[in-house]
Amino acid sequence: MLSLLWLVPALPLLGFLVLTLVGFRLPRLGVAVIGVGSVALSCILAILAAASLLMAPPASHSYTQILWTWLRVGSFAPEIALTLDPLSLVMIVVVTFVAALIHLYSVEFMAGDESFRRFFAYMNLFVASMLVLVLADNLLLLYLGWEGVGLCSYLLIGFWYKDPVNVAAANKAFIVTRVGDTAMAVGIFLLFTQLGTLRIAPLMGRAAEQWPVGSGMAVAAAALLLGGAVGKSAQLPLQTWLPDAMAGPTPVSALIHAATMVTAGVYLIARTNVLFTLAPAVQLVVAVVGAATLLLAGCSALVQRDIKRVLAYSTISQIGYMFLALGVGAWSAAIFHFMTHAFFKALLFLGAGVVIEALHDEHDIYKMGGLRRQLPLTFWTFLIGSASLAALPLVTAGFYSKDLILWQAWSSSIGSAWLWAAGVLGSFLTAVYTFRVVFLTFFGDAKLQVSKKPGMAIRIPLVVLAVLSVVGGFVETPRFLGHASLFTELMRTTLPAASEAVGRAGDELTFDIIAASVMLVGIYLAYLVFLGSPRRFEDVARAPSVAALRRFWFAGWGFDWLYDRVLVQPYVWIAHRDRNDVIDQSYRGIAWLAAASWRTLSRTQTGRVRWYAAGIAAGAIIILAIVVFRT
Amino acid sequence: MTSAFYVSGVVAVLATIGVVTGRNAVHALLYLIASLFALALVFFTLGAPFAAALEVIIYAGAIVVLFVFVVMMLNLGPKSVAQEREWLRPGVWIGPAVLAITLMVELGFILSHGRRPGPTIRVVGPTEVGVALYGPYMLGVEMASMLLLAGLLGAYHLGRRHRSGTDAVDGEETRRGEARLLETTAGGQKGEDR
Amino acid sequence: MTAAVPMENGLLLAAVLFVLGLIGVLARRDIVFVLMSIEVMLNAAGLAFIVAGARWHQPDGQVMFLFILATAAAEVSVGLAFVLELHHRFKALDVDAASEMRG
Repeated sequence: MLSLLWLVPALPLLGFLVLTLVGFRLPRLGVAVIGVGSVALSCILAILAAASLLMAPPASHSYTQILWTWLRVGSFAPEIALTLDPLSLVMIVVVTFVAALIHLYSVEFMAGDESFRRFFAYMNLFVASMLVLVLADNLLLLYLGWEGVGLCSYLLIGFWYKDPVNVAAANKAFIVTRVGDTAMAVGIFLLFTQLGTLRIAPLMGRAAEQWPVGSGMAVAAAALLLGGAVGKSAQLPLQTWLPDAMAGPTPVSALIHAATMVTAGVYLIARTNVLFTLAPAVQLVVAVVGAATLLLAGCSALVQRDIKRVLAYSTISQIGYMFLALGVGAWSAAIFHFMTHAFFKALLFLGAGVVIEALHDEHDIYKMGGLRRQLPLTFWTFLIGSASLAALPLVTAGFYSKDLILWQAWSSSIGSAWLWAAGVLGSFLTAVYTFRVVFLTFFGDAKLQVSKKPGMAIRIPLVVLAVLSVVGGFVETPRFLGHASLFTELMRTTLPAASEAVGRAGDELTFDIIAASVMLVGIYLAYLVFLGSPRRFEDVARAPSVAALRRFWFAGWGFDWLYDRVLVQPYVWIAHRDRNDVIDQSYRGIAWLAAASWRTLSRTQTGRVRWYAAGIAAGAIIILAIVVFRT
Repeated sequence: MTSAFYVSGVVAVLATIGVVTGRNAVHALLYLIASLFALALVFFTLGAPFAAALEVIIYAGAIVVLFVFVVMMLNLGPKSVAQEREWLRPGVWIGPAVLAITLMVELGFILSHGRRPGPTIRVVGPTEVGVALYGPYMLGVEMASMLLLAGLLGAYHLGRRHRSGTDAVDGEETRRGEARLLETTAGGQKGEDR
Repeated sequence: MTAAVPMENGLLLAAVLFVLGLIGVLARRDIVFVLMSIEVMLNAAGLAFIVAGARWHQPDGQVMFLFILATAAAEVSVGLAFVLELHHRFKALDVDAASEMRG
């Protein structure tokens, strides 16, 4: 079964090829079957491969399948090789499962769209690239997958390309992540030139042997890889593209910008955790970036009006939690949170999609209301998802993963109280903004009437994801609640365990209670402000300082403005000065020079004999001079 | 002997200046003959009587005579003298003089190195020259004769007169060209003659 | 015989004559005069050879002079034929008249 591992990324790729080359001849049903079927088959194979690996684990707990040698230049011979170990196992199962559900959802959601085939082609290509990224045995193949998902993100954000706003958003996403990609490429170059291999397992081994902790090389390599991760995962300072990426269709936002692509950075850091352990300064930066981003995004999510933008900032914030976990050495906790986040965030996006479609493409939550009765299934699943996002205690998956992160932030030897405090504050903000959306959208008076109710293809994914958002956390429970540690046990072979701090007292129960109570206070506050007595708070909201703060948070803490001033304007200014194109002038100068020399030289062709005789005489003089005066 | 050399040398130089600056073609040719005679004398003082004889016979006697024939044929009269006067303004000499003087300076510089007293003169007579010619320089002699043959053919071909109409192609063109020329001039006087 | 003229003086004479011929070639516009100046140059070259031959007491200098003579003869005959052709075509003996290239 493990030898069929290569089919897992190959099937969606095949689906892409079929849909691109012959898909225009197939009926809608055929396109849907191929699109959904390839990913579903891939999911089944992934689960089978995972079971196979877990039941009969090979010696090093990882299985590598080498397909062929990609290229061979001297001693550089990277291969197309796929590695299945517990980390990539979790990734492929989650990615294919969520992707399959979202593809099924898209069959109904995109049914009215004229570019139905193109959509599924791009989505299949995306899944294939993501799987390549996750299964890659060496950094070069990983980079191929990295670029592939970036490309598909661009194609899918700008899916409705006839509207220039969508195109601009796609450009922004691509360009901003490019900055990170370049840093990552330089990091890969550095690793190869210093350590001589790009295969991940030997690379980590050699790094641990040759680079002492805190050495410049390790710091440089880790920092560059962090640059790439920050770009792809939309963290500070490259987080500006994700809110605008909501211009794409909702299934795209669900799959790419919530569950899978944006977590590629988290995967990268988890994979190369040895490097980050060798560079503690960079690891601290990871944690700080995570903490800062989760607060920043949380504040921004609080004041957004577009339901998808709220979820986008929420995604940024939750990935900040994952970075925070990585930064304090809680590697498996980060992956655990990735898994639960994939479930509930995809669910929330799919539910938001239903609401938007039902209200004739209305995105503004202040124009919605009372949908509880009109879309009951959507309401309940959305509520479950929101609860999981806000980490409602005991019954949601989000609680287990997020509180594990918070506990590790406090208790890890490289954690700190400040990081924990940031996480708790973020938790409070999460609860408030999440339930703000719930209360404004589903409760209250109905302002708009629903036109379209979802069918089976939409309901099934919603229900499945809702179930997973509840039970998905039970694989890893705290000590006082049964101490299930299936997840950590699984990860033990690939990710080191978080270290425990000495001297920072406290036990998990207390901290979980603190976190839970903060979260409940947040829900209550949201209820008061948005459902209970909104009028009282509207006056507060209108006060000038508060309004200014709201505007600031609404604009994502002004990063777009900053980048425009610092980067875009100077570049445009330079382009304006170079209107006549200095480089072009030098080429034209060469042509002009050639013409000028032609004109000059043709003057010497006078046709007069005496002129030529004088030329001969002058030549004779010169040669004589050279011969005579050389000695 | 040496004084003969220097005197002849001076004469040759002066005569050459006359050739180069002359306005009348025939006068210049006469100056050329004088220069050649002086040079022949120089050859004689250097112990090369055969060369001296050849200089007079062939150069002054054949080549310059050829020049004289052509000048007479061209019938250059006082008109050409006037034209020469016009063409030979002082300004014309500046450029060539600069080049020539530069060259002279270089040559003088080269020649001024390694001055040694002259060796004795031994007369190298015609017999010796003949032996050398038909010995090691046999090939050169044959080539020279071929060159003269080529020169002969070239001169013959270029010198053929076209007006008589014996040459089919050129004569045809010339006659046609002349006819056209006559027509246009006749056409100009159309109103009067026809 | 008595001590003779140093070789350099002879060569110097040849150089002077050559340069004078060069001036003539460059400065005159009448073809016949140009040809005459060329003859002067050839003569000067011949003188140089004779001087060299006299220095080494060998007939080779005179042999070379003979060849130069032959060359000059061939060149003059062809050259004067050209002059006649030119005169017939352009009705003038201006050496610049035959230039059709616009420089």
